Amino acid sequence: MNSEQINRSRTVDWTLRAYIVLAYVFVFAPIAASFVFSLNSDRFPSIPLGSVSLDWYRAVAADPLVWQGLGNTLMIGLIVGVVSTFLGFGAAYTDYRYHFFGKQAYLALALLPPTIPVIIMGLAMLAFLSRVDLSGRAISVIISHVVICAPFAMAIIRLRLSQMDPALEPAAWNLGASEWATMWHVIVPFTKPAIFGALFITMAVSFDEFAIAWFVSGLNETLPVKVLGFLQGQVSPRINAIGTFVFVISMTLVIVAQVLLSGRAAPKSDEKE
Amino acid sequence: MRRPISLYGLTFSLPLLVWQLLFFVFPLVFLVALSFWTVKNFTIRPDFNPVNWVTMFGKPVFWQAYGTTFGLAAAASVLASVVAFPCSYAIAFKLSDSARRMAVFLMVIPFFTSYLVRVYSWQIFLSDAGIVNVMLGAVGLGPYPMLNTVGATMVGYMTLALPLVILLQLFSLVFIDRTLIEAAHNMRCGRIRTVFEVVIPSARVGLVIAALFCFILTFGDFVSPVYLGGGDPTTLSILITDTTKSGQQWPRAAVIALTMIATLLVVAFLSVRFAYAGQAKGSRT
Repeated sequence: MNSEQINRSRTVDWTLRAYIVLAYVFVFAPIAASFVFSLNSDRFPSIPLGSVSLDWYRAVAADPLVWQGLGNTLMIGLIVGVVSTFLGFGAAYTDYRYHFFGKQAYLALALLPPTIPVIIMGLAMLAFLSRVDLSGRAISVIISHVVICAPFAMAIIRLRLSQMDPALEPAAWNLGASEWATMWHVIVPFTKPAIFGALFITMAVSFDEFAIAWFVSGLNETLPVKVLGFLQGQVSPRINAIGTFVFVISMTLVIVAQVLLSGRAAPKSDEKE
Repeated sequence: MRRPISLYGLTFSLPLLVWQLLFFVFPLVFLVALSFWTVKNFTIRPDFNPVNWVTMFGKPVFWQAYGTTFGLAAAASVLASVVAFPCSYAIAFKLSDSARRMAVFLMVIPFFTSYLVRVYSWQIFLSDAGIVNVMLGAVGLGPYPMLNTVGATMVGYMTLALPLVILLQLFSLVFIDRTLIEAAHNMRCGRIRTVFEVVIPSARVGLVIAALFCFILTFGDFVSPVYLGGGDPTTLSILITDTTKSGQQWPRAAVIALTMIATLLVVAFLSVRFAYAGQAKGSRT
């Protein structure tokens, strides 16, 4: 502590703090602007602001294609969330419990997909899925999204498993519980917060993904693909209205996940379940 | 530790393995095969013909786009690292624990907002009658054309990569042994010199990985170059979408995609080697 005080200057400290604020302003400026201009009446968004209006929300709500896109997005997000969480849970448990030949390769498969550029994934999925007659449907988006979402679920659940006392599972076996019973009564309850956290995070990831969906969805456009369409056509503040709406949904999912994941005070009560 | 293979174990291990083999590895491998297929009368047929590779690699447009994309992604990685470092450094060393947690939480939010919407939002700021030009006009400057320039593309790239770069840098900085910094200070090492000779070498792996992720993200991005950069100069990602969406030239798009993957693998390999080669030196300091 003392030595830090020697090298401490108020000017430097405050300059650095101001720099943090500046960086956050850059990151949040587009998010804030999108919210502000979704409520602004002007056709061409700029300052000075026009009057407050809900016109863009009305315009969006009146567009049946937007509703269709939202329906697709929600349905796809839900299925992707459930499937990726199941796959991710299995992979996390495999990594936690088993040692086997080729485990490194297994883990690479489990974690690498999000590092491949989405545009390449999109092309590869489109080429492959259209070959096996699975392209241009909702199922094509689901398949591709699970590939990139399962790694997130795996990472979240693996983290929770590493907090578990490694003696817990063998203890249950010694007391006569079968592997299946131990899974159901010990491991699943312990990882429950992470399972739900993973479910919500993967849903949020699928909810925002537009590039792969754009390649493979065909006519079953999801909402982000719809936004891409708006961007390509005439620029319109409708994007802001959709963006704000999607932001609220995504943030709700993330905050719920955050609350579940940070419930670390609960491991004791977990064991009782 | 080896246990016999059981139905129980397979129930949990196999689904992911099967899914990723079928829908991740196989499509990427198929891309290799596809790059040797040929297109006749708008239909793609199986073939073993290097014509796509020869055509693409013989096009000056392709190499121009390759140079542009590589240059832009490299510039973005340097810029993001330089811009992010003072911020991550300040969060790591100048904020209280609770403020740091808040800062991390805030930096996670952008990952769950639509990148498309943020890019559109930048159009509002940067267009000719946009917010920035109106503000400049108020003090008698401009208007400057800012949209559809390389600078605007860079703003988009920063929007995409800066939060991740800040977080990755931050995670490597908070794990630095603080006694190292105190020791440097005790030995009358100046503040700036401590940053360059103690902090940066100790956090080197994280800093390089952060830059690498920025490179990967921006190298494959097509949104910023199109909607902020105006599609000019052409990048590889624009070339892929054009080749795929408006012609049936999927095999040629596959050639571009594979060249991109090869480039990324080489860059990733070199960065990781560079990161860990530096670590030995860093721990000696």
